[in-house]
Parts: sequence; C-alpha cells; structure tokens
Amino acid sequence: MTPLIFVTWLSFFSQTIPSFPPEGYSLKWYAAIIRNDRFVSGFLLSLQLGLIATTIGLLVGVPAALCIARYRFAGRELLNNLLLMPLMIPGVVLGIALYVFHVETKINTGLPVLGSLLGLVSGHTLIVIPWTVRLVSASLAGFDRTLEEAAQNLGADRWTTFRRITLPGILPGVVAAAMFSFVASFGNLELSLFLVGPGRTTLPIAILQYLEWKIDPTIAAVSVVQIALIAVTMLITDRYVKIARVV
Amino acid sequence: MAEVRLEGISKRYGDFFAVRNFTLTVPDGEFLVLLGPSGCGKTTTLRMIAGFVEPSTGSIRLGNADITSLPPWRRNAGLVFQNYALFPHLTVDQNVAFGLEMRKVPKGEVAPRVAEALRLVRLGHLGDRLPRQLSGGQQQRVALARALVFRPDVLLLDEPLSNLDAKLRQEVRVEIRELQRKLGLTAIMVTHDQEEALTMADRLVVMSEGEVKQAGTQRELYEKPSDRFVAGFVGRSTFLDGKIDGGRFISDGGLSIECPNETAIRGAATLALRPERVSVTREPTPGGSNSFAGEVEFVSYLGALLDIHVRVNETERIVAQVPNRDGVFAPAVGEKVRVGWAPGAASVFAGVEAPRTP
Repeated sequence: MTPLIFVTWLSFFSQTIPSFPPEGYSLKWYAAIIRNDRFVSGFLLSLQLGLIATTIGLLVGVPAALCIARYRFAGRELLNNLLLMPLMIPGVVLGIALYVFHVETKINTGLPVLGSLLGLVSGHTLIVIPWTVRLVSASLAGFDRTLEEAAQNLGADRWTTFRRITLPGILPGVVAAAMFSFVASFGNLELSLFLVGPGRTTLPIAILQYLEWKIDPTIAAVSVVQIALIAVTMLITDRYVKIARVV
Repeated sequence: MAEVRLEGISKRYGDFFAVRNFTLTVPDGEFLVLLGPSGCGKTTTLRMIAGFVEPSTGSIRLGNADITSLPPWRRNAGLVFQNYALFPHLTVDQNVAFGLEMRKVPKGEVAPRVAEALRLVRLGHLGDRLPRQLSGGQQQRVALARALVFRPDVLLLDEPLSNLDAKLRQEVRVEIRELQRKLGLTAIMVTHDQEEALTMADRLVVMSEGEVKQAGTQRELYEKPSDRFVAGFVGRSTFLDGKIDGGRFISDGGLSIECPNETAIRGAATLALRPERVSVTREPTPGGSNSFAGEVEFVSYLGALLDIHVRVNETERIVAQVPNRDGVFAPAVGEKVRVGWAPGAASVFAGVEAPRTP
C-alpha cells in the first residue's frame, strides 16, 4: 500500500524534480497527461486492446473450461496444460517467440501481422486465456450438475440449459475472469513491447518511454489514473460478485 | 399419464453390469417402488428412464412411444431429485414455470398453471421466494410441483425423502401418495428405505447387484420371499443354514424342522423365519410340531414389542417378537423356554448363501 500512497501524494507535488518536503501542491501534472498525445492514444489503445482480448478470451476460455471439466478425452490433460502455459512462460520469452513468429509469417506468407493490431490482440488473447480457463474451471467445480439434469428433464436442450442454468451459475467466475483478463492485458508491458508497430503504443509503453527522458510527477499522475481505473473496475465488479469469494 | 415398459434393459460398464436384463411393466396409474441397497442399480434404472443413462441393450417404452434413444429433454418424464436441484437463481414461480416455458406454453397460461401446481403442494403463498429461503420440506414440495406442472407421462422420484427429518418424512410420504392417487399418476420411486417402500408402493421391485430379485405387493414380498436376499431385506428374518433330508429341514446345529415347501428342494438349504411368527412359551405347546427348548440370551425392549433372542443350541439362536402386553409371557435373560412355530410360517430356499445384512 505504501508505494500507492506515495505515488498518489507525489502526483500532486508542484515541483518538477520530486523532493521532500514538497514546495507546494498542484493539479498541473494531471493536465499534462491530457496534453500528452502519447498518453492519450496509449490509453485508448490499451483500453481497446483490453476489451477485445477479454472478449475473445471469454469466447475461447469458457467453452474450453467446460470441455475440460465435463468430458474425458484423449489429450485432455495436455490441452489443460497448454491453455495454462502462457501464465508460466515469462512475458519477455513469449514476446520474443511471437515476434519471431510474426517475422517468419510475414516473410513466408506476406501477411501483414508484424506490428499490426491483429498481432497485438492475438498476443494479449494468449495471456488472458489462462485466467479465464482457471477462474471458470474453479467456478464449474463448485457448480451442481444435477441442476443441468433438472433443466434437461424439464425440456431444455443443451444450449438452453447452458444459457439459462449453467451460465448464471458460473457467472461470478466469468465476471472475475473478465476482470482479471482486462487488468492483465491493460497492464501488460513486456509482451506488448515486441508486438507494437510504429506509431502504435500502449499506455505502459508510453509510460516507459516517457520515463527514459523525464522523471517529473506526470508519471505519478498517470499511475494514479491507472490505479483509479482498476480500483473502479474492481469496486463495480464487487457489487455483482463478491471478489473475495472467487479469488 | 402412461404405461412404462422396460424390456430387457441392461447397463454395462466394461465387465460390470450396473443393471442386468431388467424387464418390467408399470401400468398406468401405478405407484411402483424400486427397493434395494446402494449400488444395486435402482438409480441407474431410474436414470435410464429419465434419459441420463443410455441402456447398453433393451428398450424403454413410455405409452406408445419408444423413448430408448430420445434425449432427456424430449421425454415427458417429471423427475424429483434427491437434492431437489432447484435453480438457485430463479424464484419458486420461475422454477415451476421452467418446464412450461420449455414447452412453449402460451404466456397467459403459464401463471395460472404455476399457481395451480403450487396450490396442489400447499405452497401457493411462496411463489416469489428464492429456493434458499425455503425449508427442506418446502423445497421438496417445490421440486414436486415443478415435476408435475407440465403433466408428465410418468413421475420419477429419486430418494425424494432422504434429506428430510423423520417426522416430516412421514407426512410427505402420505402427501405424495395422495397426490399421486388424486392425479392418477404413474410413478416410479427409488429408495433404500424399506419402511418408506412398504408404506408408499402399490407394487415393489427388490433389486440387488443389478438384477431384479422379486417384484410384487408388500404381502407377496413379505410372506413369500423368493430368496434369502428378499427375506432379509424386506422385514426381518432369522436364518438357519442346513439341508433338506427326508422331507424335513435339518439345520447345521441339529434342529429337525417340519416345513411346508420342502418337496421342491433337495440338499443344501436355508430356512427363514419371521420373528413375529415365533411363539415363546414356558411349556411345550401341545401338538406343536416345531418346538425347541432353549435359553433366553438377550431381550430388547422396543416399546410396543419385545425381541427375545433364544439360544436353541451351541450355534443357533432364534429371534421371537412378542407384543408387550399384560398376560403375554415375557421371559427374563437366562430363563429356560420353548420356542415354536407352525410349519407354514417358515420359508425355505435352496442353497446356502453367505449371510449378508442389508
């Protein structure tokens, strides 16, 4: 907590080089964020990326978790490990691997994946899937399957059963998965570094680049905005799903 | 409502038969109970009728239709689950309405039918509650209303009373039975509780190790058990192992017993005796053919009844059950007595099985 408090405090200092005690307080660093194009476009790209990656992650992860939880098939264990793998591989390694893959793809097929939004989205999808699979699997483990049988007995086919009974039952897990996915994507730096193209920067990269040249409290202000955004997401989620119950 | 016909259905998992060659017809309007110890295949049979387990062989007919390979949602069978399986995120009304909704019953018709079903189970006032706000007994009745509201061809009950306390269980037994009669439902219930089975059924099927041991009314099962398993599972019996010799049953302990149905059996045999058919006297009963001297070893006091365990020789003892009433001979432990019974009171089965207590 202490770093969060200090960063927040720092973001209101009026002097350019942070020193204690502060010479005065000001909101000018917050104004500086909005005037900085790279922060604004970085923020918008990160937001867009987070939302798309989360959506795709759910579309892939929920059915995958269902299959792994419900069916016994050859390669089930392998699939499960494969889906969780991106969480175990360091982001830098994953980033380099994807980068090389994109380069090779470009050379061999001419498809413009290198540095494209598509490449960025697919990379982020990769890192959000483990979250979805794990959290939804945990939810499914606590879900009473006789409810599904009851629905089918009452005349619901498989899809209707999923939509009306299973999905509402595992909703806390799905919401938590969406939230964790978004946060994982939004804050990701090391993977994005390899996948962004010219003129396309995510917020964490914009921050890093800014830090290379300046250390004024703008960075603190950006961080505070980021912290606030994530906190608000969590608080809103918590109104629907008790986070403490799923994590 | 309709007749249910199971024709030679089996369910095999590898080499293991969960249910083996089960054939049975449940006539329209009958309350049939599948009774047996856990693992006997009764639940598997019920789940095959509901469509959750596909039979390895055989066919299932409901009314005039062959439903063997229909998915559960195409069968018109109402199932009450052991844990009730009420949808936790839906209100009581929505739970009951689910089956109607799936059948695309017009909106205007749903509400009155839900209300009617809930009135039937005396829960008309609780429609807007969530399941978790109800007691176990109320949840049970919601599950029943939900299974009945769409007018199923058959009502299936999977140990529906096992999660209720003893007093409530007795009430609900009567309630379910009355409802079944009033609506003329064909019902199939699974239970391991013989008292429940005996009080509710029109007819019972006793199962063991995947096979039907005997089907019949309470009286048939109790008085004419087909084998040792049924004699031990439905009611209580004292078992004596021995052999048939010269028209009499000779127990391993040396008792020579006159019995009714000795002719059909040769060689090793088991004799089963209902405790309430055995009399305990001080003196030998005049003219009594089966009368043996023994010593009272143990008496258990059951309120209305007394169980008297009489040792008749080194290895065998016979249990007698006598009413706890004035004027009835009630010996104390250690007393010398005579036990006796009419020849027709015992059942004799061929062969000697390893004793098993249900």
